[in-house]
Amino acid sequence: MTERTATVASRVGLHARPAAIFAEAAGEYENLEITIRAEGEDAEEGMDASSVLSLMSLGASHGDRVVLAAEGHGAEEALEHLAGIIETDLDAD
Amino acid sequence: MDEQSRQPQREILDGVGVSPGRVIAPLVHMAPAVSEPPEGEPLTEDPEAATDRLRAAALAVRAELTERAARARSESAAEVLKATALMAGDKALVKNAVKLVTSQQLSPERALWQAATAYADQMRAMGGYMAERAADIEDVRARLVAELRGEDAPGVPQRREPFVLAAEDLAPADTAVLDPDVVLALVTVSGGPQSHTAILARNLGLPAVVAVQGVLDLDAGTPVFVDGAAGTVVTAPGETEAEAVAAWRRTAERLASFDGHGALSDGTPVPLLANVGTGDDARAAAEAGAQGVGLLRTEFCFLGRDAEPTVEEQTAAYAEVFAAFGDRKVVVRTLDAGADKPLPFLTDAEEPNPALGVRGYRTDWTTPGVLARQLEAIAAAREGSGAEVWVMAPMIATVSEAVHFQELAHEAGLPVCGVMVETPAAALTAEQILDRVDFVSLGTNDLTQYTMAADRMLGSLAELNSPWQPAVLRMVECVTRGAAASGTTSGTHKSVGVCGEAAADPALAVVLVGLGVDTLSMSPRSLAAVATVLASVDATEARRLAVLALEATSASEARDAVRAQLPVLAELGL
Repeated sequence: MTERTATVASRVGLHARPAAIFAEAAGEYENLEITIRAEGEDAEEGMDASSVLSLMSLGASHGDRVVLAAEGHGAEEALEHLAGIIETDLDAD
Repeated sequence: MDEQSRQPQREILDGVGVSPGRVIAPLVHMAPAVSEPPEGEPLTEDPEAATDRLRAAALAVRAELTERAARARSESAAEVLKATALMAGDKALVKNAVKLVTSQQLSPERALWQAATAYADQMRAMGGYMAERAADIEDVRARLVAELRGEDAPGVPQRREPFVLAAEDLAPADTAVLDPDVVLALVTVSGGPQSHTAILARNLGLPAVVAVQGVLDLDAGTPVFVDGAAGTVVTAPGETEAEAVAAWRRTAERLASFDGHGALSDGTPVPLLANVGTGDDARAAAEAGAQGVGLLRTEFCFLGRDAEPTVEEQTAAYAEVFAAFGDRKVVVRTLDAGADKPLPFLTDAEEPNPALGVRGYRTDWTTPGVLARQLEAIAAAREGSGAEVWVMAPMIATVSEAVHFQELAHEAGLPVCGVMVETPAAALTAEQILDRVDFVSLGTNDLTQYTMAADRMLGSLAELNSPWQPAVLRMVECVTRGAAASGTTSGTHKSVGVCGEAAADPALAVVLVGLGVDTLSMSPRSLAAVATVLASVDATEARRLAVLALEATSASEARDAVRAQLPVLAELGL
């Protein structure tokens, strides 16, 4: 299992537009099951990262740390790319 | 379809015509709210078939919303539709619903309902911004369940074939997504001549009839004839109706263009201006020949916002409108929030009687500063343009309010300043108000509801809420007399305009001019019809018809008496 921790950079948190952009990006990796959870939570609490409803119910605010996890071929690159999205202020424009 | 195989009886339903035009098309009902599948509703099919249906429904709703997002006319509407599409196809939502089907043997409809409700409740519990998203999830829930049941999603049904839309009433949210290529006419059970339905219909040029009892009892798919001028809906239309539609098409062509010179037959000029809300509106109005803007509704800058837009944002928005009209007149109405146009940072949603509450100019008392900054933005936009910019305040009731507004406008560097006459108080003191300010503009929609003490949103009061009411016409006359008296004292002409929906009714336009009104402002669609009818009378005739209306005993009597003297109306099917 590969994991990667990231800090939410969007000012509105991981909601609305940022959540939609992130969920779409996570959905691009059809061969990987990517999960997301709040830092400090049990790995089993991880939710489908490509679900915009799961992301919204996570309720991650600006500055919160979240953990991305995935297993399999290309997991590392995928998590690196997705962490980059979380660490960008997607609500800036 | 069995509902079409039945031979319908010819039936005539009467209502109030609010936007002219004649069409024949099948009736389609506004889809009702989706009912909750009963708790514990059991699975009655193969679980695998049920989960397949669930997945297919999610894909279908997502595809439909994505397609509508691509066709949306505004970027913000597209954004909303895209976000909703994403929720409809959400993997976790479908997964949770499938789990409920397989583990608890629930019907897919119930399973979906429950899975979506869990998310909505969770969002609502989070409060704030997230709580507002709960409604979006419930909207998706309704769409998915409707899809599973093979029903129409709530709201305006999506069709490829043209139809007549029948509804109890239409809300702004419903009408924002209407496609005038498919929706040919609007018929509602409630609503008056100034309801959202009526205003929207006139803007889109769609025939519309409101206050039609029994229209929802007609079967869906029934072909109906709608006459938006006569205010009738006829089932089982025959040759007579088909001919009426053909005749309307011919006159519609004749009424499609306005040469940009409003005048009576004797040459008396009656400038015809446009009511606009955005830069797009303004460009379309200029294209349609409008001689200026008689009412720029500035709410478009503010509505749907949690906070006040900056002076720079406002300046850019107003400048766009001014640019469309070159050196012509643009009358800017300052922010008219409150009542049916609430704004979170200005108005109190808890008022028991918002139409009589803190609205329009009055919001300056409770939230000072917003108006001054708006005037600053209008002045800045005027600086950079060649337009002749006038400003006016809505919802004025006293002379001192008018004076205070003028001081603010002058401080901002705006030289021409006036007020709206929407309250009987302002109409009765028009002379004293005009001794101070430069012009007035009659907002006939509100002036009617306040004069008649009749809520303009209530269909049951449609007759009272008519600007044809002799009492309302006497209010108008009181204003034009006040303007004449003030003009004599000051030696300068004080302009009286009308920017309410009354100005768009060609017969009433004649009466208003006969009462002494100088300019008329309306939705650009109505310019050609009003110009054509005005050109058929001279000043003496207009005055005679005005007196006829003043002396009537009811709105319908006034209307009938005047219309009977204007044969051009019947000729044009207006």
